[in-house]
Amino acid sequence: MDKFTTLTAIAAPMPMQNIDTDKIIPARFLKTIKRSGLGVHLFDPLRFDADGKEKPDFILNQEPYRKAQVIIAHENFGCGSSREHAPWALLDFGIRCIIAPDFADIFYNNSFKNGILPVRLPRAVCDQLIEDSKLGGNARVTVDLARQVVVRPNGEEISFEIDPFRKHLLLNGLDDIGQTMQHAPSIDTYEARNRQTQPWMPSTAV
Amino acid sequence: MSASRPRTLFDKIWDSHVVERLPDGTCILYIDRHLVHEVTSPQAFEGLRLAGRPVRRPDCTLAVADHNIPTVGSRIPSDIKEDDSRIQVETLEKNVKEFGVPYIPILDVRQGIVHIIGPELGISLPGTTLVCGDSHTSTHGALGSLAFGIGTSEVEHVLATQTLLQNPAKNMRIDVTGTLGFGCSAKDIVLAIIGKITTAGGTGHVIEYTGDAIRALDMAGRMTVSNMSIEAGARAGLIAPDQTTFDYVKGREFSPKGEAFEQAVAYWKTLPTDPGAHFDTTVMISTADIAPMVTWGTTPGAVIPVTGVVPNPEDEPDEGKRTQLRRMVEYMAVTPGQRLTDLAVDVVFIGSCTNGRIEDIRAAAAVAKGRKVAAGVQALVVPGSGLVKRQAEEEGLDRILLEAGFEWRDPCCSMCLGMNPDKLTPGQRCASTSNRNFEGRQGQNGRTHLVSPAMAAAAAVMGRFADVRQLV
Repeated sequence: MDKFTTLTAIAAPMPMQNIDTDKIIPARFLKTIKRSGLGVHLFDPLRFDADGKEKPDFILNQEPYRKAQVIIAHENFGCGSSREHAPWALLDFGIRCIIAPDFADIFYNNSFKNGILPVRLPRAVCDQLIEDSKLGGNARVTVDLARQVVVRPNGEEISFEIDPFRKHLLLNGLDDIGQTMQHAPSIDTYEARNRQTQPWMPSTAV
Repeated sequence: MSASRPRTLFDKIWDSHVVERLPDGTCILYIDRHLVHEVTSPQAFEGLRLAGRPVRRPDCTLAVADHNIPTVGSRIPSDIKEDDSRIQVETLEKNVKEFGVPYIPILDVRQGIVHIIGPELGISLPGTTLVCGDSHTSTHGALGSLAFGIGTSEVEHVLATQTLLQNPAKNMRIDVTGTLGFGCSAKDIVLAIIGKITTAGGTGHVIEYTGDAIRALDMAGRMTVSNMSIEAGARAGLIAPDQTTFDYVKGREFSPKGEAFEQAVAYWKTLPTDPGAHFDTTVMISTADIAPMVTWGTTPGAVIPVTGVVPNPEDEPDEGKRTQLRRMVEYMAVTPGQRLTDLAVDVVFIGSCTNGRIEDIRAAAAVAKGRKVAAGVQALVVPGSGLVKRQAEEEGLDRILLEAGFEWRDPCCSMCLGMNPDKLTPGQRCASTSNRNFEGRQGQNGRTHLVSPAMAAAAAVMGRFADVRQLV
């Protein structure tokens, strides 16, 4: 996983609520056994018409937002399915940060596992950042994870909250399986105790 | 947390599964049961392979292919016509073999949708933690299992460590009181709940469903309610285990037997929420406010009673919401003020992890009996598992449905999300017993209205949405 430290980038405004995972990546594109290559299908129903041609009014089909690395949206971003294909598609397109008033829980979790930073900020702040982002390439936003601030194009800093453990993993690009493996003795102890206290737990062996 | 403090059902399951609390409060949470399917697991097994890691507890893991399987014709994996679907199924079969994971083959009568077969086989048990790379894992909460959907990275994490890194959720209680009205079902309860609390109402929470209306539901109904917790934004739903639960679990293939079962029940009886336990949020709902429900828009929260009319987006004061409502009206090709019973349907889908159990098929057959599917309507019934299908056939439900003009298919997720060939064509309108009505969910530019099985059967025979209370 790539680490996330500081990002200065073009932000794409997507002032919509409930941007669901079927919009981010429809089910027909989930039939892959790889993590890569999904960027071409990102936001397929919003981005392309029935003939596969780009819809010119969609933000990511416009310059300079084709190169956006940040998306700013409204409430409940990423609701719906647990498909990690959603953050995979965003990442493959180049998106490293999403700013919204709130996120669906599973999508929020999945983002961190892929080096994408989801930032929760109040709706009024998101609306301000959306206005900034309409200025395009001359108005880049900076996201500084170490300092937990979003810097507006005018230099104003807005701080955000983030769980310290997730921040640590993301800043260092750490694989959390490796982190958990360091606690293997605790897992062994837990399992040994469970065999005593819950002897009825059956095996799933078919 | 001290043992004397009153705890919720969620608190109790959580506390008993914390392996270690890390300094910042994040917990290593033990996972008792891990269900695996073909769509969200290939990259996880690939990750294990690259890191040289084994599956820690194959005996706590069960795999099945359910999303990509055809519902007509040959079910032999190598016969699946779409290359990418076939590759996903074959990849799962290769991975379970390589990693020694128990697997239910497609041709086994026990194959079915992962959230149908977990409870049906006795894999899902009260008081356990259960995960699957699928958001509708919330279904298993109906048995009092803390069950939630995870992404593929977390699937890999559970395969490797049998744990997850988690922070505790907040407790939400939804209390449903009263006697459910004639013609109403568990699906109408949960649609009414989502209509009330919205699709983000449960975000960050685990919902415990309480109240006499929930207690009165059979296990199938409880699973329908808990299944759609995720549509209310909650990762998990819970219903306290009671005698209905114990009777359901007893005697299933994988559930504890004899003395072990009695020991388990004694433990399960300690799980219900203590009097006075704290809920961060409480919502009260009366069955008096629940009628047969139909969604009209493209989120499950856009739902009204079948007797209602499509709302006017211009009445919405918030600009963002107004924009979304306008888009829903346009996409769904409905008009403000229009009666739902004036909307004609092209397709009816009865099935999915929400409503693919035997009780759901009985409800549909009761409406279909002696009637005919309206001209021009395609009506599919897709049992949730091979065992559900077999039981329905033993009860003669397949004959009733076939005589009425329904198609009787083989088990799969099918048209819930259209990863197999069952999907809507652009512009088609569908009465569906599934769980999501997002744009394009059942096929590009398809229009989905979520309903109960009885309401779906009513739409099939009337050719339009109809109040099932006038048909039964």
